Amino acid sequence: MRRLEPSRGHAGEDCTAGRRRAPTARIAGAVFVILGLALAGCEDPAWRTTDISGVMPELEFELTDENGRTVRAADYRGQVALLFFGFTNCPDVCPVTLANLAKLADDIGAAPDDLRILFVSVDPSRDTLSAIKRYTDNFGPWVIGMTGAPGVLQALTRRYRVTYGYGDEDPSGAYDVSHSSAVFAFDRSGRARLLLRNSDPPESVRADLRRLLAEGA
Amino acid sequence: MQSESAIGSFLLPWELSWPWVLFCLTLFFLYARGMIVWRRGGRRIGIFRPLAFFVGLGAIYAVTQTRYDHLAQFLFFAHRGQHLVLHHMGPFLVALSAPTAVLASGLPAAVTARWRSSVGVWAGMAAGLRGTYRVLQHPLLAPLLFVWLIYFWLIPAIHFDAMLSARLYQLMNWSMLIDGLLFWWLMLDPRSRDQGALGYGHRITILAIIVPPQIALGAYITFSRDVLFDIYSVCGRAWPLESLTDQQLGGIITWIPAAMMSLLGALVVLRYLLRGAPMTRTIPMHRVGGENAAT
Repeated sequence: MRRLEPSRGHAGEDCTAGRRRAPTARIAGAVFVILGLALAGCEDPAWRTTDISGVMPELEFELTDENGRTVRAADYRGQVALLFFGFTNCPDVCPVTLANLAKLADDIGAAPDDLRILFVSVDPSRDTLSAIKRYTDNFGPWVIGMTGAPGVLQALTRRYRVTYGYGDEDPSGAYDVSHSSAVFAFDRSGRARLLLRNSDPPESVRADLRRLLAEGA
Repeated sequence: MQSESAIGSFLLPWELSWPWVLFCLTLFFLYARGMIVWRRGGRRIGIFRPLAFFVGLGAIYAVTQTRYDHLAQFLFFAHRGQHLVLHHMGPFLVALSAPTAVLASGLPAAVTARWRSSVGVWAGMAAGLRGTYRVLQHPLLAPLLFVWLIYFWLIPAIHFDAMLSARLYQLMNWSMLIDGLLFWWLMLDPRSRDQGALGYGHRITILAIIVPPQIALGAYITFSRDVLFDIYSVCGRAWPLESLTDQQLGGIITWIPAAMMSLLGALVVLRYLLRGAPMTRTIPMHRVGGENAAT
């Protein structure tokens, strides 16, 4: 069973208080009433993208980066890290997302040492380290590609309640990969803070990234 | 070899959750033990009722504590299937089996004795529960709650949060199961109105009333040209599947089988009505009356 970190910050605490499951009609009834209020009050209104403080665990992984080095989450402490799952043959979501993020990073003048975009390939059988490196080089110095064994990738995606899957191969051996389109933003201490969606307006993402970068800078 | 391990891993929970395991195992053992006690006492249960009970309970377990849960988290239509089982089919079968008397017989003697010795405490709790139970089972509130809950968890913003947060996800599934049990318990109670249950006419009316809103919701989802639930793209699907195809399949599951369950429920109630509720003959009434409120 997944353990959730206790919520941090004033907004999160209100949401977790008094919500406990118990298979009794009384509590179920009370929960129905409270739930609407709790859900409505959950998000810190100052953030414009989705606040996931306390909902997702802190950044934790051990993968191989595009330069063949073993990298761990701890290597990125002190930086704001953006975690994104994809594959280099991705026709749409991945290049668009990475290009948008790189443009934002450029716009707000973030140094690559300050803001890292971690591109995790979930297609390790096709994405060799050199292929990943060639791919991420297209998107500027902020993006670093990495991947790992299937078991490691499964554990990591599961940790953030996302998944991926492979479609059937066509005669040329090509296949589609379903993957998360979300970007998880972690603060300098590695805590999960924001979920950036494709549908979020760029101004919102820009404002939130600025704010996250300003924290503890 | 590989297929064996594939089947094995399919049967293992995607996210082990003790409350689900304990809930299902406890009911399973109580019922099995109750059956043995009945058989020893020369009382007949038949085949149909245990079958309904175990299939219903097994389905609830399967959609929450096997790899199916992975699909339910990452495909909209599989999620709708999960709720169809948790809110409609599983509780329907469990309620249809009218299991309280067998379950009560399955309680170990020690538990029953302790129960009796602390009668004051239990009576106090039972009185509190009974009040809540009466409110939830009010013939006007029960159908409202049943339909509202389906709508509530499908409000796109709430659906997004519920699928993203492990805690809300559990809350959502438990709320569906508990409400499903309450509702179908009320509808399929084998007792007649004279015995303290809701009248058959009222039940058929309620079963009819809940159909149009479910059809409307299912049809709305099926025919929507926009992706209503982006959480499945945000978190990735279990396999590459067009968002709208996934949504249409989910809409159809919300629409057709869910509404069919009302028809099946009405047929069961008609059968009670026409044959003078034959199931009641096999159930000792004094037990059912007492257990019902506490369940």
